Amino acid sequence: MNKTQAISLAAILLAGTAMPAVAQYPERPITLLVSWAAGGGTDAVARALATQIEKQLGTPVNVVNRTGGAGVIGHTEMINAQPDGYTIGLATAELATYYWSGTAEFTYEDVTPIALVNLDASAFNVSSGSEWTDLRMALDAIKAAPAGTYKLSGMAPGAGYHLALSGLLHSEGIDPTFITVVPSQGAAPGFQELASGGVDLVPSSLPEAQSMIAAGQVKSLAVLAGTRMAAFPDVPTVEEAIGKPWVAGTWRGLVAPAGVPAEAIAVLETAVEAAWNSDEFQTFMTDRGFGLTYSNSADFATFLANEHKGNGEIMGLLGLRQRD
Amino acid sequence: MNFLTAIQLVFEPTTLMVLLASAAFGLFVGSMPGLSATMAAALLVPLTFYMDPVPAIGAIVVCSAMAIFAGDIPGALLRIPGTPASAAYVGEAYQMGRRGELSKVLSVNLLASAIGGIFGTLLLIFLAPQLALVALRFSSYEYFWLALIGLSAATLVSASNPIKGIISLFLGLLLATVGLDVVTGFPRYTFGSVNLMGGVSLIAALIGLFAVAELFRKATTIQERLPPVPQVEGAILRQGFAVIRQYKGNALRGSIIGTLLGILPGAGADIAGWISYAVSRRFSKTPEKFGTGHIEGVVDASASNNASLGGAYVPALVFGIPGDSITAIVIGVLLIKGLTPGPTVFTQSGDIVAAIFVVFILANLILIPLGLLAIRAARNVLSIDARVLLPIIVMFSIVGAFAVNNAVFDLWIVLALGLIGWLMEENGFSVAPMVLGLVLGKIVEESFVNSMIKANGNLVAFVDRPIAGTLAAVFLTIWLSPLILRAIRSRAKATAG
Repeated sequence: MNKTQAISLAAILLAGTAMPAVAQYPERPITLLVSWAAGGGTDAVARALATQIEKQLGTPVNVVNRTGGAGVIGHTEMINAQPDGYTIGLATAELATYYWSGTAEFTYEDVTPIALVNLDASAFNVSSGSEWTDLRMALDAIKAAPAGTYKLSGMAPGAGYHLALSGLLHSEGIDPTFITVVPSQGAAPGFQELASGGVDLVPSSLPEAQSMIAAGQVKSLAVLAGTRMAAFPDVPTVEEAIGKPWVAGTWRGLVAPAGVPAEAIAVLETAVEAAWNSDEFQTFMTDRGFGLTYSNSADFATFLANEHKGNGEIMGLLGLRQRD
Repeated sequence: MNFLTAIQLVFEPTTLMVLLASAAFGLFVGSMPGLSATMAAALLVPLTFYMDPVPAIGAIVVCSAMAIFAGDIPGALLRIPGTPASAAYVGEAYQMGRRGELSKVLSVNLLASAIGGIFGTLLLIFLAPQLALVALRFSSYEYFWLALIGLSAATLVSASNPIKGIISLFLGLLLATVGLDVVTGFPRYTFGSVNLMGGVSLIAALIGLFAVAELFRKATTIQERLPPVPQVEGAILRQGFAVIRQYKGNALRGSIIGTLLGILPGAGADIAGWISYAVSRRFSKTPEKFGTGHIEGVVDASASNNASLGGAYVPALVFGIPGDSITAIVIGVLLIKGLTPGPTVFTQSGDIVAAIFVVFILANLILIPLGLLAIRAARNVLSIDARVLLPIIVMFSIVGAFAVNNAVFDLWIVLALGLIGWLMEENGFSVAPMVLGLVLGKIVEESFVNSMIKANGNLVAFVDRPIAGTLAAVFLTIWLSPLILRAIRSRAKATAG
């Protein structure tokens, strides 16, 4: 065997050992972490998506719920997992708030974004008995009244929909702390408070409000989206209501820990895009009323950076920011 | 709504197969300590994606009814509640089992569960829209008083010593404060551990305090090889019928309380069991027998926790607001099937809603034959050698505690609370009030703080709404009436003397 042959043989051997590790990803089941309880909205999205990713990759994708601590436990797990591509997570809007609120040390830079799969626009929901008939009237009333006159519920302070609304108020020159937050575990108990007269407004997605709107208990004054939603043709956008474009809400996206091999991320990104485009997933999301938005890894990274910056500013205004 | 079409929808071969399979699944999950009815429903969700609406919802209805009953079985056998809903009367049921009355207590559980379930369903069918409107009037003020009334039950459920009961309750309340605070999200008693931010998991606590503590206790006598307790023979159902006939008023009262608590969003089968048991003792002619293996409170509470299941569907169907954690899952499944809860669901999808009602009735009827099979199978567990049985229970306890949050950390909680529970029981402290504190602690705190925020700190707001004021009066009566009665009696004695 001459020198050239030896080198090619070594090269083939090396390639033989190195290649399959990449080419064969994934070679075992993937765990998909969810920070919220089984049966909830994020869990449902994760399970619907997992079924489709499974078909794309040909390997089981197991949804594991790691709940508690307002989602911080699950998100911490996503970041601390082995960066081998076999543990991924469905992150939610709260990911970009924990750093500012001082709940956790990590930021968006500690995750590898795979894809953004959903954006839910917030809506401005009031009780059907409310004297407010449009958004302009509501904003004027909030601006004119002393701080603490009006209250909202439907989430914990600093959660996605609270920040979305606070941003809108701030842009109108209203101090967002003027509205007191009555914390609740999700939109449903918030609507209970709204109907029983405990609070004045609940910012939530329109599908979450659908049953109460149908029951004549709630009316929605505006949706914080670019266009009206097909299922709610009567609810105007913020731009239509007050002449200023305003888009905000909450989101869900797949992430992996920082340091996952680029090859694995590429495989996942392709699989997730195909899964997102599948008829089954599209039908599921439409039926449940979840907003369908997709961003690839690079765009999702930019999106996260903007969220981080924007949340920092608004949480500062709300007095929820615990660090600089 | 057309019930004939509905019956056709339910009595299809595939639908019936699905219901039967979910029933068996529910019995299994419920009788496993640590696996709750909510978890059974959550595990079914991915399967329902492939089903028609009626079998999809029916599967969850049947499975949760079975699980809540089956939770009573390990309670009576081993003093380990299978689900949190059985925790209130586990001591009572176990003592009856030790006396050889296992068939009696389990058949009472079974029959009372079926009665409660059917009662809850009937209210759901006939009064759903009206009752839901009442439930919507409940705000944090009302919940605050309701939770305080619930906490008052602690002195009633801790059999002999009220002071020790209150100490145990406060330990539970203390544990409930661990984790992120409900209002500001500020970590409390977490010592920098991310795991503790989620607080003490109720299921892990339940397994620790009941199952593991019981194992410690049994381990001390394992060498003695005690013979199995001889069981009273005879037809199982007849023993239960006799008791239910004697306490038919209790079964009715438990059913009413359970349904009403089920309708209220935020209170479910667990709380229904506690409150019914306490009410039963409060109004019993023989309260001194409670805690010694007395069947009366078991009738109330078994009917109550199953009745709450039907009640929870009232706000869920009418307003899309879940009445408990199971209906939160059901709403998700309904939406996937294109059925948006709301008043229109009764007209637009009337056949499907009627079919769900038929499934409810059916579930409570097949509960009886399937439950009987489970009771027969369960009796054999007692003849297993403790040295074989105990390790198996340890294994199930670990699996159950891990499965809730997929957290290894929860196993440490199980061990720690197992030791605490064992030491407490050895020194005459009942662990039941501690579990009650854990169940209600977060509700008390959240409703109090939310009420204070809404009222800008004005305490009058707690009593100036009609329902809140009434509940406040009930609460004060519970606490003040014994004192006033005592004062009157001592004055009467003084004048007489």
